[in-house]
Amino acid sequence: MARVLINLPARAKRGEIIEIKTLIAHPMETGYRVGPTGAAIPRDIINRFLCTYNGEEVFRAELFPAIAANPFIAFFTVATESGEIAFSWTDDHKETQTEVRQITVE
Amino acid sequence: MDERSPDPPTRRLVLLAAAGIGVSRLVRPAAATPAAMEEAIRALVGEATVEHGKVKLELPPIVENGNTVPLTVTVDSPMNEADHVSGIHIFNEKNPQPYIASFDLGPRAGKAVVSTRVRLADSQQVVAIARLSDGSFWSDSADIVVTLAACAEG
Repeated sequence: MARVLINLPARAKRGEIIEIKTLIAHPMETGYRVGPTGAAIPRDIINRFLCTYNGEEVFRAELFPAIAANPFIAFFTVATESGEIAFSWTDDHKETQTEVRQITVE
Repeated sequence: MDERSPDPPTRRLVLLAAAGIGVSRLVRPAAATPAAMEEAIRALVGEATVEHGKVKLELPPIVENGNTVPLTVTVDSPMNEADHVSGIHIFNEKNPQPYIASFDLGPRAGKAVVSTRVRLADSQQVVAIARLSDGSFWSDSADIVVTLAACAEG
């Protein structure tokens, strides 16, 4: 499992707009590079990112090889209620890694 | 002027041609051009016109390393149910593909601001297009100078 960094406030006021920053360790191999033997290195990137707030989708991204290695994505959401914010990254092999963080809204 | 037929191919010309074929086969299979970016944008917006304004694309004007370039897109929008940004799309001119990323958001976002880090293969223009809930498209572009291009070692 790739290393993940997620930065979001642990508690927030109801209706507050919070910033969420995410980063996942991944080479984001473009498929345009050539290896030491001269053969092209096959493409291997994270192409989907999804964020759900208590099961409801709040943000989604479609990524291309032009995203830098260790993709960093920062975005905002409204803190509506206490619960779970889930993040999932899907790569070219259709493998998904999901991370969940708790938020307390008062 | 004399009436001679054109010179037969000399050894030098033949070698040059062979070298040309060699070079053209080494060139990467795909390279986006401003026309390819135009086409990609057209595929997104269809017949709609893309207006300037509302969107702010922030990129450093000059970077040393094209492998990680910070990029932020800010769209001026109240982000409520009736009037919000539903998508932000980023394109480039000179990478192998014209696409960089697409983000889907909605009124739950609160603020239409997205940041990421991108790779740029050359000094070029980057374009951000925002799709609003009323179906209109707004854009902003930024020119950037890249000293060391991404994928230079490939």
